Amino acid sequence: MKFTSKAILLVAAVALGACTNANRFDGDDTVVMNGTGAGDVSNPQSPAYFQQAVGDRVLFEVDQSSLTASAKQTLDAQARWLQDNRDFDAIIEGHADEQGTREYNLALGARRANAVHEYLVSRGVAPSRLEVVSYGKERPIEICSEESCYAKNRRAVTVISAGVTS
Amino acid sequence: MMAGFMTLFAALTAVILAVAGPAEAQERGPLRIEITEGVIEPMPVAVPDFVAQGGAAREWASRIARVVADDLTGTGLFREIPSAAFISPITSFSSPVQFADWKAINAQALISGAVEVEGDGKLVVKFRLYDVFAGQELGDGLRFSGTTEGWRRMAHKVADAVYSRITGEGPYFDSRVAFVAETGPKDARRKRLAIMDYDGANVQYLTDGNSIVLAPRFSPDGQSVLFTSYRSGFPRIYLLNTNSLQSRALEEQPGSMSFAPRFAPDGRTVVYSMTRGGNTDIYTLNIETAETRRLTSSPSIETAPSFSPDGNRIVFESDRSGSQQLYVMPVGGGVPERISFGQGRYGTPVWSPRGDLVAFTKQSKGRFHIGVMRLDGSEERLLTASFLDEGPTWSPNGRVIMFTRETQGAGGQASLYSVDITGRNLKRVRTDTGASDPSWSPLLK
Repeated sequence: MKFTSKAILLVAAVALGACTNANRFDGDDTVVMNGTGAGDVSNPQSPAYFQQAVGDRVLFEVDQSSLTASAKQTLDAQARWLQDNRDFDAIIEGHADEQGTREYNLALGARRANAVHEYLVSRGVAPSRLEVVSYGKERPIEICSEESCYAKNRRAVTVISAGVTS
Repeated sequence: MMAGFMTLFAALTAVILAVAGPAEAQERGPLRIEITEGVIEPMPVAVPDFVAQGGAAREWASRIARVVADDLTGTGLFREIPSAAFISPITSFSSPVQFADWKAINAQALISGAVEVEGDGKLVVKFRLYDVFAGQELGDGLRFSGTTEGWRRMAHKVADAVYSRITGEGPYFDSRVAFVAETGPKDARRKRLAIMDYDGANVQYLTDGNSIVLAPRFSPDGQSVLFTSYRSGFPRIYLLNTNSLQSRALEEQPGSMSFAPRFAPDGRTVVYSMTRGGNTDIYTLNIETAETRRLTSSPSIETAPSFSPDGNRIVFESDRSGSQQLYVMPVGGGVPERISFGQGRYGTPVWSPRGDLVAFTKQSKGRFHIGVMRLDGSEERLLTASFLDEGPTWSPNGRVIMFTRETQGAGGQASLYSVDITGRNLKRVRTDTGASDPSWSPLLK
C-alpha cells in the first residue's frame, strides 16, 4: 500500500463514548464515511467489530513504547482479525500525552506505532497491509491535564481501511 | 494583497538627515542603558505626537508616535512620560528644543518626529533623538520613506534606531513572527500557519486549517518558511513562499515521516528529522538539488536540530543517554558532544543569532521552563516556569526569546510569550486566536 493510495477509511459512527472518535484527522485523499461504512458491530467481518469487539487500541506507560502484557493480548486478537479479513488494511496511529515537547512526542508516537507494527508483523500480518503515522501530542482524545486522561492519550490505534487490492 | 506586501516595503528607504549645528554623534553618550541581569529603572522618555507637515499627514502623526512609544516601553527598559505632563509642545520639527522644559519633567530622552505625505502618496517620516540632560542630539536624525501601508514599519524603524543608540544592542522591532494560529477545543484543534508583525499586528493566514500544521521556521532571507503539515495524511516538511503562498513538499519518501525542519544560514540547506521504522534521526537536504544526507544513525530519538550562525555545527536533542538531552555535532558528522547535564530533560535547542547561547525547553519536576546556556553547557539560566512552556525562538538581536505557553486543563489554550534573556519583562504577545510555535524572522530589509 502506497502513501499516495486512495484509502477509504471506514469509520464507526457507533461511538464507545464521546471521546473515542477513531477517525483519521487529515489527508486530502481520505474519505471519512461516518455511519454505514464501518458495518454492523454484530458482523465479525466489519471494521466496527474490529474497533469495538476486538479492540482497536493499546495504551503505554509514561515515555515508554514497550508493549504491556494486556497490549499484546489485544494485538494478538487484532492480528487474528487482520488474518481473517484480508480485504482490509490498517494504519497504525501513535499518540502521546501532552507532557512533552512537540518534536519529541512526534518521535515517541512513532516509536509506539512502530512497536504495534512490529508485533502485528511478528504475528503474521503482511507488512504491505500496514502503515504507521505519529500524531505526537496533537490529537488527544481526553482533554484533562491529569493522569486519568494522559493514560488514555498514550495510545496506538489501529485504524482499519479498505485494502488497495480489494 | 499579500503578494505585494514585501515589495511595497522594498521601497522603504532611510536617509541620514543633515545635522543642524556642530553636534556630533557620540560614541558613548551619557544617555545609555546597559542591559544587565540586575533590575534596572526604566529610562523616562517623551514621545510627543509627530508633527504633521500638511493635512494629509495628520492621520499618521499620532499613530506613528504611539507605535514608537509602544515598542520602547514594551522592552521594559523605557517608561513613557504622559503627554499631559509636557510643558512645551513640539509644533515644529526644525525649531530648537527647549531642553529646560523637558528636563523639568525628567524626560531623559526625547524623540521628536515629523510626518509628511508627498505628492506621489509616499509617506516620509523623520525623527531626531535628544539626550535632554546633555542638551544635545544623540546620533543623526533619520528620514524614512515608503508607502502609507508601511507606516508601522517606519515607526518600528524609528524605535529600532532609538533602542540601538541607547542600549548599544542590535535592533529587532522591524521584524515578523510566523506561528501556528489555534482555534477550537483541545481534542479537535484547528491549526493554521500565520504570520504577523513582532508585536502581533498585521496577522495574515497562510494555510486554511484543513490539515494539522506545525512549527514554521523562517528562511534566512525572511521570504519563506519551512513547516510540517499532515496534508498527505502523514507529517512531512514543506517550503512555503510567504509572498506567493506557493508551497511544495521537500521530502516524500514512502514509509517515512519528516518534521522539525530548520534552515542552515546558507538558505539552501535544511536540517530536519526523519522517522523510519520507528526510529528518528537527523538529516540534511539541499532544497535546490534535493540531495539528502544522514547525520545521525542511532536507535535513539534525534530531533529538533538547529544550526550555529556560522553554519559549522548543529545543536540537537537526543534521548541516547536514556532521557532527552542536548548535544552539539559538527555538520560534517562526527561524535556529538553532550552539553546539558542538569537535572531534568532538555529539548528544542535553538542556537542564538549571536552564537553565544542556546535556548531550550527544560522539563523538571512536572514543570516546563525556557532557559539559556552557553554552548559548553555552562551558565544555565531558567527564564520561565509554568505548566507548559516550550519552543523558544530568538529575536534578531539575540536579546529576547519568544515561546509557547499552554495553560492546564480541559480548557487549556496556547499563547505566545516573550522574555528577555535576563529573565526580565515576561509578557504575553497579543494574538486574536490561540497561538503556538513562534519563529522570529530576521530583521526586515
